[in-house]
Amino acid sequence: MVKGKVVGIISNLITIEVDGPVSQNEICFIEHNKEKLMAEVIKISGNLAFAQVFESSRGLKIGLEVEFSGHMLEVDLGPGLLSKNLDGLQNDLDKKEGVFLKRGEYTHALDLDKKFDFISSAKKGDEVHSGDWLGYVTENWIEHKIMVPFKLEGRWKVKEIVKNGNYKITDKIAVLVNDNGDEETITMIQKWPIKVAVKAYKEKPRPFKIMETGVRIIDTFNPMAEGGTGFIPGPFGCGKTVLQHAISKNAEADLIIFAACGERANEVVEIFKEFPELIDPRTGRKLIERTTIICNTSNMPVAAREASVYTAMTIAEYYRAMGLRVLMLADSTSRWAQALREMSNRMEELPGPDAFPMDLPAIISNFYSRAGMVYLNNGKIGSITFIGTVSPAGGNLKEPVTESTKKAARCFYALSQQRSDSKRYPAVDPIDSYSKYLEYPEVQEYLTKNVGDNWVDNVLNAKNWLLRGKEAFDQINILGDDGVPVDYHITYWKSETIDFVLMQQDAFDKIDSITPFKRQKYMLDLILMICETNFNFESFEKVPPYFKRIINILKQMNYSEFKQDNFYNFENELKEVIKERSVQ
Amino acid sequence: MQTKAFQKIYTKITKLSKATCSLNASGIGNEELAFVDGRSAQVIKIDKDEVTLQIFKGTEGIRTDAEVIFTGNPPILKVSDQLAGRFFNSYGEPIDGGPEIEGEEREIGGPSVNPVRRKQPSELIKTGIAGIDLNNTLVTGQKIPFFADPDQPYNQVMANVALRADSDKIILGGMGLSNDDYLYYKNLFDNAGALEKIVCFVNTTEDPPIERLLVPDMALTAAEYFAVNKNEKVLVLLTDMTLYADALAIVSNKMDQIPSKDSMPGSLYSDLAKIYEKAVQFPSGGSITIIAVTTLSGGDITHAIPDNTGYITEGQLFLRKDSDINKVIVDPFRSLSRLKQLVIGKKTRLDHPQVMNAAVRLYADAANAKTKRDNGFDLTDYDERTIKFSLDYSNELLAIDINIDVDKMLDTAWELFAKYFTKAEVAIKKDIMDKYWRGK
Repeated sequence: MVKGKVVGIISNLITIEVDGPVSQNEICFIEHNKEKLMAEVIKISGNLAFAQVFESSRGLKIGLEVEFSGHMLEVDLGPGLLSKNLDGLQNDLDKKEGVFLKRGEYTHALDLDKKFDFISSAKKGDEVHSGDWLGYVTENWIEHKIMVPFKLEGRWKVKEIVKNGNYKITDKIAVLVNDNGDEETITMIQKWPIKVAVKAYKEKPRPFKIMETGVRIIDTFNPMAEGGTGFIPGPFGCGKTVLQHAISKNAEADLIIFAACGERANEVVEIFKEFPELIDPRTGRKLIERTTIICNTSNMPVAAREASVYTAMTIAEYYRAMGLRVLMLADSTSRWAQALREMSNRMEELPGPDAFPMDLPAIISNFYSRAGMVYLNNGKIGSITFIGTVSPAGGNLKEPVTESTKKAARCFYALSQQRSDSKRYPAVDPIDSYSKYLEYPEVQEYLTKNVGDNWVDNVLNAKNWLLRGKEAFDQINILGDDGVPVDYHITYWKSETIDFVLMQQDAFDKIDSITPFKRQKYMLDLILMICETNFNFESFEKVPPYFKRIINILKQMNYSEFKQDNFYNFENELKEVIKERSVQ
Repeated sequence: MQTKAFQKIYTKITKLSKATCSLNASGIGNEELAFVDGRSAQVIKIDKDEVTLQIFKGTEGIRTDAEVIFTGNPPILKVSDQLAGRFFNSYGEPIDGGPEIEGEEREIGGPSVNPVRRKQPSELIKTGIAGIDLNNTLVTGQKIPFFADPDQPYNQVMANVALRADSDKIILGGMGLSNDDYLYYKNLFDNAGALEKIVCFVNTTEDPPIERLLVPDMALTAAEYFAVNKNEKVLVLLTDMTLYADALAIVSNKMDQIPSKDSMPGSLYSDLAKIYEKAVQFPSGGSITIIAVTTLSGGDITHAIPDNTGYITEGQLFLRKDSDINKVIVDPFRSLSRLKQLVIGKKTRLDHPQVMNAAVRLYADAANAKTKRDNGFDLTDYDERTIKFSLDYSNELLAIDINIDVDKMLDTAWELFAKYFTKAEVAIKKDIMDKYWRGK
């Protein structure tokens, strides 16, 4: 084993003199007062290795012994990862003792003694490749596939496979042999280095399905594809986290991997508390059963924060290889970029814009490219849909992290300070935001088939009303209320109706917070009907009160159970109100 | 400072700059506390034999043969019940003429709370100020700053909040506090008869700026003692965090680090988060709530200090002079308490969330109407009514001199709604409207 000695310390950057070969990103342990502190090599120069320690470096001294592990930062993958609360280095937070985190205490993410019922699907003599399924165990409610480890290269044959039965996750499940006669014993656990993408699949097609989130401003106006990527930039206080939580609660995904990266601890506590209580509307089971939380809050060590998004992505890739639809959320990727900046700064690298490292755009696009829908070796489909938040400094979208992410992600949900100030939540800007997926012919085809014939046209029509409304509003502001024709006011208020009833949504109301596609279609059709209706007003002053009545009734519809008495009562009331002023 | 047997003493300084000195020494730990010619200093960098120290008081007059004593420990605070009612400097030494504290020695800036051991905050903090209790309700275990221009009375508002809140201890961390403000706090706590539940760590403008870096950690170490060991509800007041961040920038500059936005160090976010994240609700009942002050220059919240703070804290309270009523108000647009959802409508009356939102929305309409008026356009009847509403709303609810309980605030809002608007204009969920509407 390669060893070394500490020769320099600046904050969490440690210089180590080594006595043998070391590799970039290798993990090493610094021994201090019987504690072993984990660190990662980030630069090598001669016989000096520079390592970022994943803990506080307080009290470290020159001359301390360092042991090198011989591998990169790896995570353990196996049954039992669901419902866990892990830190950025995959330590199980619930297993740690005491109220305060102790330095140098590492806990295993999996419960090594836990037994699962294994049911085999492969037979002796089968030819297998990395990522192929050998059988499955039942984890919570999913069929957790036991796979040929991703690390195995080339062609292997099943030499031995155990009978169906109850096994510990460390027990032997199968023995594989390759053409050279090398044998590999397979258990339910495998390891994978987090900074390397898992490639154990056949191909990665363009996304063609839509992932329903129940959030109208996303599903209707800027839909997210299954296996797609998107990001939510916004100044603080605009509801990034609330929007992301709303998506995680309602999204049509099998699993949620939530990376709380460098954000507030109390927000994670909210998930800890809510998810075990909330029911997933699709499966009827507790949300926590389909969720893994990777939690590295802002006061936890910076280097582990950088690792946390990779840890989360690797776990997502592992479940994708089982043919599941995984939704991964990261809040916030800016904190991850800042962790990179802090390190680059300490290593005295020449800085790029805003002192971020020069290769930031490459790092970000590389990370986003790990998401996506894939065809597995057996033809089944798995997907990772990734939505990250970005916290732009000063709310300025022209900063490096936002700009780099915009190049990498296909959906852009820009949160606007102005909308947030006037409490129009979710504060997604209707004009600036976009979803590239709406332009994909295969997605359009999917929507036509699954939502409705004219769906895409209707959505574009509604977006156009929003744009016309904005133009009318600008004219009214320039020329004055009575300086423009009454039509301008009507157009503006039609766009306000779309805004208030479809775009705004109460994330804290039981009914309004989740809107299935069917309901979204019903409401969009209803509102477009209002937009296409010609109204007669004798003066502009009559326009706002009339439309406020309409908006009020439509909002009450949003708060009522879909297609129940109350809902229809409000709809009938609405029709009466429309009759008052509509002209043929 | 008396020397002890195990301490290492050196007398050969090789480098001196404005705030740091370097010397050859061995066996020194990172972040260890030392004394250079009697002045407190801390290890910030070790490169083989060369140790670099940051001297809090500055290096003026230090000779290359000055005595350097290493203590073998990071900065510590002695904690015990004796802290209550006392005033200390940045190093935790008494400045009120009282005796030294006896107690357990604790390293300041200790480890973080394991997130899974936190409890979700759920206890309302009543301040009587409607701009806070109605629109931006505070909760124990929360961290929230006042964003205010230097001419706003933030210290007074904060002191009011502290004294009205139901807490067991109030710990004041004063950074760059003017001597006048320090005496203001001292007298106020004295007069309120609250002295026995106060602990103060104060760095005044007369003290060297770098010393401020110790103040938040000192205050929070004391807070953790009372919250964890005594299960008390502790309120920590930190004023002014902008001056703290300025001190960080000075040190990072002296260490030749590349500055990021607004000349602030690239690690500003992590540095501030380490402090603010000490706010916590423990399952045992103890809690630490942090109320801070971040002064702005010309109301600019895009500057790196307020900007990073806003991303860390659970909201912000924005003070603004409202020229229409000639009073300072808590700005309903820029202010936010992220934890209010945990208590409003649950620990307070059911109509609270809807009333709050409706009032702010109408107030926003009034702001639009005022813009219209300023641009010389005619106002509609609705515009006129929103403007009248906004004046009453400012005067009776937003102004910081209000001191009423939450039910009264809600009743006041309903009265104003009925006075100026129709039901459709207020647009609140029907069942709540049926119960509370006071108009026709």
